[in-house]
Amino acid sequence: MSEADTIAACRPSLRQQKQRRVTSLAVTWLMGASALLVMTPLFLVLYFLIREGASSIDWNFFTQLPKPTGETGGGMANAIVGTLVLLAMGAVIGVPVGVMGGVYLAEYGAETANYWIRFTADVLNGIPSIVWGMVVYAMLVLPFKGFSAYAGGVALGLMMIPLVMRTTEEVLLLVPQSYREAGLALGIARWKIITVIVIKTALKGIITGILVALARVAGETAPLLFTALGNNFWSHNLSQPIAALPLQIFTYAMSASDDWHRQAWAGALVLMLMILSINILVRLLSRGKSAS
Amino acid sequence: MPDVSIAPPPAATRPSAPVATPKSPAPEESPAFDIRGFSLWYGARQALNDVTIKIPARRVTAIIGPSGCGKSTFLRALNRMHEVTPGTRIEGSLKLFGDDLYGPGVDPASVRRRVGMVFQKSNPFPTMSIEENVLVGLRLNGVRDRVFLRERLEESLRLSALWDEVKEHLHRPGVSLSGGQQQRLCIARALAVQPEVLLMDEPCSALDPIATARIEELIQLLREKFTVVIVTHNMQQAARSSDRTAFFYLGRLIEFGDTRNLFTNPSNPQTEAYVSGRFG
Repeated sequence: MSEADTIAACRPSLRQQKQRRVTSLAVTWLMGASALLVMTPLFLVLYFLIREGASSIDWNFFTQLPKPTGETGGGMANAIVGTLVLLAMGAVIGVPVGVMGGVYLAEYGAETANYWIRFTADVLNGIPSIVWGMVVYAMLVLPFKGFSAYAGGVALGLMMIPLVMRTTEEVLLLVPQSYREAGLALGIARWKIITVIVIKTALKGIITGILVALARVAGETAPLLFTALGNNFWSHNLSQPIAALPLQIFTYAMSASDDWHRQAWAGALVLMLMILSINILVRLLSRGKSAS
Repeated sequence: MPDVSIAPPPAATRPSAPVATPKSPAPEESPAFDIRGFSLWYGARQALNDVTIKIPARRVTAIIGPSGCGKSTFLRALNRMHEVTPGTRIEGSLKLFGDDLYGPGVDPASVRRRVGMVFQKSNPFPTMSIEENVLVGLRLNGVRDRVFLRERLEESLRLSALWDEVKEHLHRPGVSLSGGQQQRLCIARALAVQPEVLLMDEPCSALDPIATARIEELIQLLREKFTVVIVTHNMQQAARSSDRTAFFYLGRLIEFGDTRNLFTNPSNPQTEAYVSGRFG
């Protein structure tokens, strides 16, 4: 049997060919539909938030304080600022500790130590956020006898640490070993190689990880319930309770007032847009990432 | 005083007449490396076994041998780069111009400033421009003098035969250059810290023949000012561009001698088998 004959013998019959085409088409459609299903919830969320909330977003919403019960109008200015303050405080704790922990894991840690640190970080990532709230409540609110912005910031910061640490480690490990060797061969001290060459090469990835962690904790309500507590006025003292968008949404949504329900929708839409814009920023940043 | 080994250019790197420097009358009498009974282990595995060799100054020495024979390990031991791998151990002595590189209290970083290295795959730092790449070794070792940096930049790029190609766009990223240019940039980066020795670990294996020829020409120019040790898989390259050749096999130095002699009239049957292409 010649080669051509062998090929001919292996060729599928017309019926088989047709069957394959049908199967291929069906599976392709199934996968396409699944992909669409993944995206649907996002569109549903945006649709309902816009339908219910968009009409309530006006200038007052961003500039005014909440009105007392019974009065209509007012806004969530203090909650928006409060969320930004809490995020900033969370970042002050979460970013340095997380980044340095990630550098340790990727550059210095011995294998056994790394195993346990990674294990701890992964467990921490899985801890329900309300547990974080309770831990910080016991750690800071009870001893200092009061809810405070500090406590809220610490809760968010603690949540950020393992997130930032693991992403930092991952992007540092993506930096080829040859750059470290090139630095060592020039007689450069190791800590300088790590700070000036390795971290700089991976900087986009590290920033992306920080933003993802911020986006993740920006919408957290549970850790703030027992810590930052929330309020209805401008905060001038970080050792006092502070308002936050998720808290305000929670409070308003639980209330009986139609006007507050309306504002809760608007708050949810604003929070959603804030997180969405962080995510868009992340996409833009990670676009040219192949260089590292 | 971290910049002691950088600031005063050693006599060997001064752009002077290649032959007449009072300190080294003839290479035979003044070896750059004087290595005796040198063995190296990775954990329990012995990679180098009792190597004794004198590598001449201001000559090109090629290290050849089949894969896994220890030639790269030997090269990396010359500037203690093998210590990047955890769990290594050495025995024997390794001296550079009389200084014990493995002596107590010797900082590996200071060894590497005297003994530079160019790697198999070019690795310019991706976040840095051409200029920054060349000067990174000096800057990160604390050199701030602008005039000096500027001089080193031009001299290093001229030495690596890259100046004319890049002088108009020193601020472009180093990785924007072609493969061969990137490798010459890495050579310039290694030369900028004014080492006495330049180690090259298969510097052409990722390059096309034209870029390879340029690097080989460059090696010929470098031997006037530096001691060059080059590991290569390519025996024609060793024959073309080196003065001395060392043949390694199974972690041992089998034969070391004048390149022409070693290739045409090897004294060891294993060397003969390898250079004539019967194994490896």
